[in-house]
Amino acid sequence: MATVDAACFRPGETVRVQDAPSVEISEFRQAVFDAVAVGQSLAALFGRPIDAARVRLYAVLADRENGLLSLLTSEVGDCYPALTPDCPQAHWFEREIAEQWGVTPEGHPWLKPIRFHASYRPPHDAWSRAVGETILPGVTDFFRVEGPEIHEVAVGPVHAGVIEPGHFRFQCYGEQVLHLEISLGYQHRGVERALVGGPNARTIHYIETLAGDTSIGHATAYCQALEALANCQPPLAAEAIRGMALELERLACHTGDLGALAGDVGFLPTASFNGRLRGDFLNATALVCGSRFGRGLVRPGGVSFGLDAARAQTLAERIETALGEVDGSNRLLWNSLSVQARFENTGRVSRKTCDALGLVGPAARACGTNRDVRRDFPHGIFCFHQIPVSVCETGDVFARAYVRGLEIQRSGAFLLEQLKMLGDGPLRAPLGPLAPDCIAVSLVEGWRGEICHVAITDAGGRLAHYKVVDPSFHNWIGLAMSLREQQISDFPLCNKSFNLSYCGHDL
Amino acid sequence: MLSIIAERLRQKHRTSTYPLTAPEVPDRFRGLPKLDASKCDDGCRACAEACPTGAIVASEGRLQFDLGKCLFCVDCSQACPSGAVEYTTDYRLAVRNREDLLLEGQGLELARALEDRTRRLFGRSLKLRQVSAGGCNACEADVNVLTTLVFDLGRFGIDFVASPRHADGLLITGPVTENMKRALELTYEAVPAPKIVIALGACAISGGPYIGHALANNGADSVVPVDLYVPGCPPHPWTILDGLLRLLGRLEIVGQAF
Repeated sequence: MATVDAACFRPGETVRVQDAPSVEISEFRQAVFDAVAVGQSLAALFGRPIDAARVRLYAVLADRENGLLSLLTSEVGDCYPALTPDCPQAHWFEREIAEQWGVTPEGHPWLKPIRFHASYRPPHDAWSRAVGETILPGVTDFFRVEGPEIHEVAVGPVHAGVIEPGHFRFQCYGEQVLHLEISLGYQHRGVERALVGGPNARTIHYIETLAGDTSIGHATAYCQALEALANCQPPLAAEAIRGMALELERLACHTGDLGALAGDVGFLPTASFNGRLRGDFLNATALVCGSRFGRGLVRPGGVSFGLDAARAQTLAERIETALGEVDGSNRLLWNSLSVQARFENTGRVSRKTCDALGLVGPAARACGTNRDVRRDFPHGIFCFHQIPVSVCETGDVFARAYVRGLEIQRSGAFLLEQLKMLGDGPLRAPLGPLAPDCIAVSLVEGWRGEICHVAITDAGGRLAHYKVVDPSFHNWIGLAMSLREQQISDFPLCNKSFNLSYCGHDL
Repeated sequence: MLSIIAERLRQKHRTSTYPLTAPEVPDRFRGLPKLDASKCDDGCRACAEACPTGAIVASEGRLQFDLGKCLFCVDCSQACPSGAVEYTTDYRLAVRNREDLLLEGQGLELARALEDRTRRLFGRSLKLRQVSAGGCNACEADVNVLTTLVFDLGRFGIDFVASPRHADGLLITGPVTENMKRALELTYEAVPAPKIVIALGACAISGGPYIGHALANNGADSVVPVDLYVPGCPPHPWTILDGLLRLLGRLEIVGQAF
């Protein structure tokens, strides 16, 4: 077991920068391995420069059983022994650290850029690229299979549908996919660096658009981080509205996803009905705050829009009707043998792979992994109201669809109950200044899974560093694994069953 | 089979009667801003200072909004102490020229139709290739929703196609990130002439929240010529549909009614 004393805290509490333990890299690695071995997960692993020569690595470990976080740091130079060979959960994080800070994780089995941008710490570069050298996205060595009947299929960045860009490289033997590699970075806008020096007028808008279909999820995570740093408690009515908005976001996206999955197997009834119903849930969010994506609603200290009795009643009626209709629509999916024949056993990810890679959200719950931030690290209204966690065991497209169907029902029930109980009261508490030289970690169960924000302030209480971990950051590898030994024609189905964010990953 | 038919009857017919009737937008929807510089307090620049993208010029009794930079957020109207800045629920925002988005209390010069030849080619059948050049997926989602049954884009002859070779034009979202610039150029070149380009959303018009970012290019017209600008963050599906139909000259008569 680790002998090192990591800083132990809960989301909502802060750690002073000076209290963040700094240990030798060997102890750092061992502490991470030991924690993951007993079932903890790596919520974040990132780097932050100390000076021209050294970078500080930060690991945030999440003990879901006890609702505790632990924080550990280590100083490294240009390289360090990689964690990935012993802890696959670290793999994508280490690639990010290498790309951002030019620190090489030695022994990393897959060291390639993830976003294709220049090092933030020139002239240090993990691939020895010269300063000012043009970096082309997707231009890298792809894992290739050689053989007379092997062919390679390249898709993207521009894809056939109305969707964000990414590159997919399949190694195929006939129709069967031997391996899929996903290369992203096309949507990279430079959000994390733009947050440094804030909060300012643009900050909340970066947060709301870094993954534009998860505005509520990320805005909640950001506001919780600031509220922890300012020791500010939002009023209960605001927490209830935040929770409702988060669940409405989940309802809209899950409804849309089931419709898209139906469309992909040619089952038009559910595809058509859910297309409309998704709009109904988005319009419910717009009824609260004027924006279908919940923009402008969640703000530090609380929320910007309230619900009087009449509006709450209208909202409840609309949601109740939509829930009944989406239930009827989804039932057609579960009862249709032709749909189930396509969904079942397609794109299977084993429980073992899921846990080794640290998948999150419905994709993880569909493999049988019982994890949900609303229960494990309850925040806001979820401290008072538990939504049952939806789990399925088979890890295939069916499971990922069925978990969504269950979550629609359970989030719907939560919403209707909250709307009955909504009280009056202030909507926003004043935020106040942020504590200087402090670290806050915020976790939210976005509709794709665990969102993690880590905010570090400087001596003046401004943001010195901001780490965003979108759930897609964990899950893209899950999609890649799900394609192994599948038919390439099932790729759209597997892709939609994950429905990951390109921009949430690319930032 | 019977259960599917039963469900279809239960779900009812939902396609909107727009453009014969006005569409419904939520009461808190932030559409065209209403500006009244006469209400401004002396020397007050609260709205301009609150604006995240620098869309507002407030000086010497003038109040000018650049709707191409506007995120339609609440910051300016919340900051204004005198009610000089208010959002209406007017969803009609699409224009042909970038300068037409500079609002100073006058009405918005809404998009007029394409010139004759292009209109005859595309008026009844417009196939678009969508390119997300750094979009956050909200614009993309509200474009996708246009193909669902409430809006039913297909009934206007407008559709999204899988290849630029099959397309009449591009629908661009996102600020045009460095990593998508070349892909956008190649996609544009692959569309056979004559072609049109639509810039959808604040990012595609001006860069939106990403104005001035080193790794983004402040919108689509830095790379390709643009025929239609649709403001919003994201634009409401009705705003997009209104813009598309105006571009094709489908709303010229009906548009006056509401």
